[in-house]
Amino acid sequence: MHELSVTESVLEIACKHGEKARAKKVTDIFLVIGKLSSIVDDSVQFYWDFISKGTLCEGATLHFKRIPAELICLDCDHKYTLDDELSPCPRCGSARIRVISGDEFNLESIEVQR
Amino acid sequence: MSENRIKIVEKILNANDRLAKANRQKFDDAGVYAINLMASPGAGKTSFIIKTIEGLMADGVQIGVIEGDTAPVTIDSDKINAAGMPAIQINTGGDCHLDAVMLENAIDQMNLTPLDLVIIENVGNLICPAAFELGAHSKVVIASIPEGDDKPYKYPNIYRGLEVLIINKTDLLPYIDFDMDYFRKGVEMLNPGLTTFAVSCKTGEGFDEWLSWLKAKISK
Ligand SMILES: [Zn+2]
Repeated sequence: MHELSVTESVLEIACKHGEKARAKKVTDIFLVIGKLSSIVDDSVQFYWDFISKGTLCEGATLHFKRIPAELICLDCDHKYTLDDELSPCPRCGSARIRVISGDEFNLESIEVQR
Repeated sequence: MSENRIKIVEKILNANDRLAKANRQKFDDAGVYAINLMASPGAGKTSFIIKTIEGLMADGVQIGVIEGDTAPVTIDSDKINAAGMPAIQINTGGDCHLDAVMLENAIDQMNLTPLDLVIIENVGNLICPAAFELGAHSKVVIASIPEGDDKPYKYPNIYRGLEVLIINKTDLLPYIDFDMDYFRKGVEMLNPGLTTFAVSCKTGEGFDEWLSWLKAKISK
């Protein structure tokens, strides 16, 4: 259900920018989803087909770019990515680590026909 | 990049976040401190709220409760009304989270003026509510001992962006294999310096610390 509100927001943002660019049609929408932001599954695509009907974005393809969460070790400065489970620094074993990216949840760009 | 590619970089939940800011303004104008309380089902949210209300009533703190439910059931708000505080229920119509629009509707039904504190009880689920800003001053998550000490390692996203973590049901520690240091170490990696209170709604352990933290926020 969560994905419906997300899909509506994507549509709103894409239409707004499409209109601003005086596009005839928005053909592609590029989303960037960080590993630590909440999960967006394929149901976004499912809702998309319904709610985009009759809008500037009808038929546009959604592209999901999932980006990993990056961590840094405070003891040895080693940078590594988060796998499915959170783990200490693989180089020195320290648990003094910080998340440096992975919270992204953005609409990055659109492609239009003018 | 073709000339038909338009760079945007806008947060997908921007519209929600803007409305959340407006909600925050309403709380601020009324001098109300608001918390967005999230937990998995069974973590003891309602008992925690009732115990918090009881602990603040003696000091004359006026509290309102806004409850998110996926179905129109009023058991929880009945309990809170019984504790003598106004409660408003938001039926999310099956949605797994509250968002800023739903909260706005609830705020408009509630007279904020006499209140000092509003507790927003989010839908029992941790993944979705965490994504939607509501406009509360702090996001509080209740984790409970039976859920296990490996939660931060297995579900790292839920510990990001919180202001307070409550570890509930500490009375069960002697019976459950729960390594508190291991748990806290995981939380520290995700949300360094996170304010954490270990409590038991059953024995009342840890509530004094939580209540004094909250009272300090309310009086600001
Ligand atoms: Zn290291």
